[in-house]
Amino acid sequence: MRRAFVASGWMMSLLAATASGAAPVCAPGTAEMPSMFLPRSEPAEIILDITWLIIGICAVIFIVMEGLIVWAIIRYRKKRSESEGGEPPQVYGSNPVELAWTVIPLLIVFVLFLVSARGIFEIDKQEPPPGSLEVTVVGHRWWWEFDYGDLGFVTANELHIPLTKDGEPQSVYLMLESADVIHSFWVPQLAGKMDVVPGRINHLWLQPSRAGKYIGQCAEYCGNQHANMLITVYVHTEEEFARWVENQQKEAVEDAAVAEGRDLFMSTACINCHTIRGTVADGTFAPDLTHLMSRSVLGAGAAANTPDRLREWVWDPQNIKPGCDMPSMKLSREETDRICDYLETLK
Amino acid sequence: MTTAPESPRLALKAPPLSRLHEWVVTVDHKKLGLMYITSGLLFFIIGGLEATMMRWQLAWSDMGVVMPDEFNRLFTMHGTTMVFLVGMPILLGSANYLVPLMIGTRDLAFPRLNAFGFWLFLFGGLLLYFSYFGGQGLYGMGSAPDVGWFAYAPLTERTFSRGHSTDYWILGLLVSGFGSIATGINLVATILCMRCKGMSLMKMPIFVWIMLIDAILVVIAMPPLAASQVMLLFDRSLGAHFFDVQGGGSAVLWQNLFWFFGHPEVYILILPAFAFVSEIIPVFCRKVLFGYPLMVAATVAIGFISLGVWVHHMFAVGLSPAVNTAFMASTMLIAVPTGIKMFNWVATMYGGKIRLHTPMLFSLGFLVQFLFGGLTGIMLAVVPFDWQVSDSYFVVGHFHYVLFGGLVFTIFAAIYYWFPKVSGKMLSERIGKWHFWTLFIGFNLTFAPMHVSGMLGMPRRIYTYHADRGWEIWNLISSIGVLFQIIGVLFFAWNLLRSLKKGKPAGDDPWDAWTLEWSTPSPPPAWNFDVDPEVRSRRPLWDKKHPEDPDWKYE
Amino acid sequence: MSTIDTNAALPELAPVHNLPKGKLGVSLLILSEIFFFGTLIAVYLFYIGKDLSGPYPQDVLDPPFAAPTWAPMAVSFNSIFLLTSSIWIWLAVKALEQGAMARFTLFWALTIAFGGVFLAGTGFEWYGLIAEDGLWLNTNLFGSCFFTLVGFHAAHVTIGLLLMTIVLVLTLCGYNHQRHAGKVDLLSWYWHFVDGVWIFVFTVVYIIGYYG
Repeated sequence: MRRAFVASGWMMSLLAATASGAAPVCAPGTAEMPSMFLPRSEPAEIILDITWLIIGICAVIFIVMEGLIVWAIIRYRKKRSESEGGEPPQVYGSNPVELAWTVIPLLIVFVLFLVSARGIFEIDKQEPPPGSLEVTVVGHRWWWEFDYGDLGFVTANELHIPLTKDGEPQSVYLMLESADVIHSFWVPQLAGKMDVVPGRINHLWLQPSRAGKYIGQCAEYCGNQHANMLITVYVHTEEEFARWVENQQKEAVEDAAVAEGRDLFMSTACINCHTIRGTVADGTFAPDLTHLMSRSVLGAGAAANTPDRLREWVWDPQNIKPGCDMPSMKLSREETDRICDYLETLK
Repeated sequence: MTTAPESPRLALKAPPLSRLHEWVVTVDHKKLGLMYITSGLLFFIIGGLEATMMRWQLAWSDMGVVMPDEFNRLFTMHGTTMVFLVGMPILLGSANYLVPLMIGTRDLAFPRLNAFGFWLFLFGGLLLYFSYFGGQGLYGMGSAPDVGWFAYAPLTERTFSRGHSTDYWILGLLVSGFGSIATGINLVATILCMRCKGMSLMKMPIFVWIMLIDAILVVIAMPPLAASQVMLLFDRSLGAHFFDVQGGGSAVLWQNLFWFFGHPEVYILILPAFAFVSEIIPVFCRKVLFGYPLMVAATVAIGFISLGVWVHHMFAVGLSPAVNTAFMASTMLIAVPTGIKMFNWVATMYGGKIRLHTPMLFSLGFLVQFLFGGLTGIMLAVVPFDWQVSDSYFVVGHFHYVLFGGLVFTIFAAIYYWFPKVSGKMLSERIGKWHFWTLFIGFNLTFAPMHVSGMLGMPRRIYTYHADRGWEIWNLISSIGVLFQIIGVLFFAWNLLRSLKKGKPAGDDPWDAWTLEWSTPSPPPAWNFDVDPEVRSRRPLWDKKHPEDPDWKYE
Repeated sequence: MSTIDTNAALPELAPVHNLPKGKLGVSLLILSEIFFFGTLIAVYLFYIGKDLSGPYPQDVLDPPFAAPTWAPMAVSFNSIFLLTSSIWIWLAVKALEQGAMARFTLFWALTIAFGGVFLAGTGFEWYGLIAEDGLWLNTNLFGSCFFTLVGFHAAHVTIGLLLMTIVLVLTLCGYNHQRHAGKVDLLSWYWHFVDGVWIFVFTVVYIIGYYG
């Protein structure tokens, strides 16, 4: 049953994707469109099953009712030939009929209620399932911080999670916190959204079912650059994930060739906000840059992480993401190049 | 047929300044009603232009029509305007104009309070818009509010919203809100204290019943908003900590308070739509409204239940599963009385002789579109589905189907239906049909695709999106729809202005209708009725026109 | 023609139970006020015990059931004055209905005096809290909630006192008569409401907030 639902959902999204000229589904390295009809994680799959059921019920009601309306219009439209006089028979009401359309909707709604209530308790896990990978997600205006806790590192904007652990599906439990205003963590292919509320710790459960790159973004209006608070989630195979973790746990690369750029970085205000592990830079207001080059985007998805865009970004972030908290540091072009040379070594 | 008295024509000859003076000092429910509706329509144009700018910006990925901060002001002002400065005044205005005529009385219970309420509303609205000039933003420029129409804390705290734009939002709505409460009280008192001879509660036109419930909801739901806004104002100007998370305040509390007002507000806005079509559909089907007592019961039920569903705006906040489940149940429950109304309207059409004049066309548009909006509403009540599409374009599509496809369409239906009574002139049927069809097509083009883009992952309130998301085509269709809507509204404006000048004379009762307002001249004299009316049924004019088969035999 | 027959058989007009509009209007105003105060009270209850820093209610408020409670100008003492004023205004309206103007003036003035004592008490309390205890709206959540809730109540008392003073002046100038009893009665409804709300505010602020 579920498989059939999933398959038809996939078809519908494919339709959508084709029609909109999006990137081909599942091409290597590119993300699918963030459609709830392409679930790649247990909670998203449960939601999609419920969704098909309610779409089905509502579609039937819609077709029947619209059919009745259209039929009534056609059937009872006053003919031109009819004379003005003569009113139709007046019907004031009918108790049995009215009772029927009070009770039947009640029954439909009751069924819907039961199905959805079951879904709520199935998805909304109050405690992390045993063996979960726990990651603390902190929403900032306008970027995401991912704290891997026990694994001992912090990264930003791109969440990496494993598909399996020892061959078994890996459950992932996100703890959502906010550093400022309300945000909402939404990656439609993996789960429904969960608000990220200051003063609260919310939870979100994922259990990915297919490796790949999934995109999402902040879904609660949080100010100027709400639109550029994007999320990328990489679901890796077990081995890939282990390699990624190993790299992230290392301190920043020390490359003598870019010492000049590094010194410049360490002597400007950059270090007040950014951390580069293994150096004096230990600010926490902005994304951790220790392994900047392992990420594919800048400014929480505002731009791709390419050498050119990186230079533009460091020169003046306000051109790319107007209103973001990082100011233009008023560096010369020369200084910008030196700093970017250094940043590009942070693999 | 009684002819219109001479006084309106004399008034037209008076010098402009004294005519203006007459409108400013008036306490007449009809003049105030018209001023309410006219200001509502003007704000509708402004809100529509704001929406147009947004659709232009979103028509394709990575557009640069407006800057992000401007975009955020646009959607904040659009939402605030449409809810508080379009929906509210038009519903209060139409109740103002029609309720005394329908219950056969001279004016509202408190005419001067009525004028006070109107001017509070108007100046509240103007204060809000003055923020474009006076709200201190960056570089001393004017700055409208940019916190969204539901102004979630702590984004509205001083830390995150500097300058005065949010204070303008608070004060503008506070002032106009007090006006709404005053008029709400006035309407309830009018309906319960001023009915003509023979009009017991169950002989009131359904319009009056629905407006009664609506006004009670206004009286109950607006004060919590006022209290919350006062607390927010204290936070911002006196350093209180109600919604200041750093000081121990709660961000979720604001949501509870706001939606405790906000959800009844949604029903406050949609109930008048029910009221309009419940009058219009029977007249154009030539049949009595099917199941009047159940319609009344359903209205009362909606009023009650609407006070207990607010958490369905907060399913993604992370409340406990038990709370979510309980509010899912109450939210689904409200679908039942709403469904009853839907069925009863269709049953009214069944066996009638349907005349497809413009008011009926718009009412049918309402039926078709409100059904869709209602069903997506039931879908949104399903918590797991809501987790996916809450705060996405699906929701935007849903509430536009309810409030635009529902409310705005019936407002047009009501204007086509009652304009002859108000002005003594008919609106053009030909232009009216052009108006309907362009708006119908434009509306559906704009808002149907939003359901798709929402399910494809597009959150609301984003000023742009990247090309790799595959949302362009849906957004482009939405934006193209706006062009049709603009043409539709232009047809309407043309029709209105043209018909005021040279519309066909309407006579007292152009639609062969049944409620009391059609028994007095068009436009009605200042005193409404020459003789105090007496009624024996819900359709006094039916009784008069069909003495051989009057309604009172069956009620 | 059958018309004539049916006209002859017209049914009686249904009885219409129209309510008095003044009383209904004031009742609706009070209804909306209940929802306004209800919101403030709910927020107060929600924030009890959630302060991050002092002063806390136990540090600065008059203890509701201990010895100093009944000292002049302490809040329980004042509350008696406010609640008693409801009795005076009820007697005053009775007097006006009977046309006993002197008695009306006396009781009416007593109402104002008792209300005034209450307001003065609130003033003393606030002076102590602000000047001596350093508690204000921006101090902590307790301060925000306390001054907002008690302040809005005091504002309503003030409005009531102003309105009653206007009536008193009109009475002394001889413009108030027996036939105005209905309208004066409406003002007393408002005053009873202000008193009634105080019972809730007192319970929430000085009992639940103090011991809770």
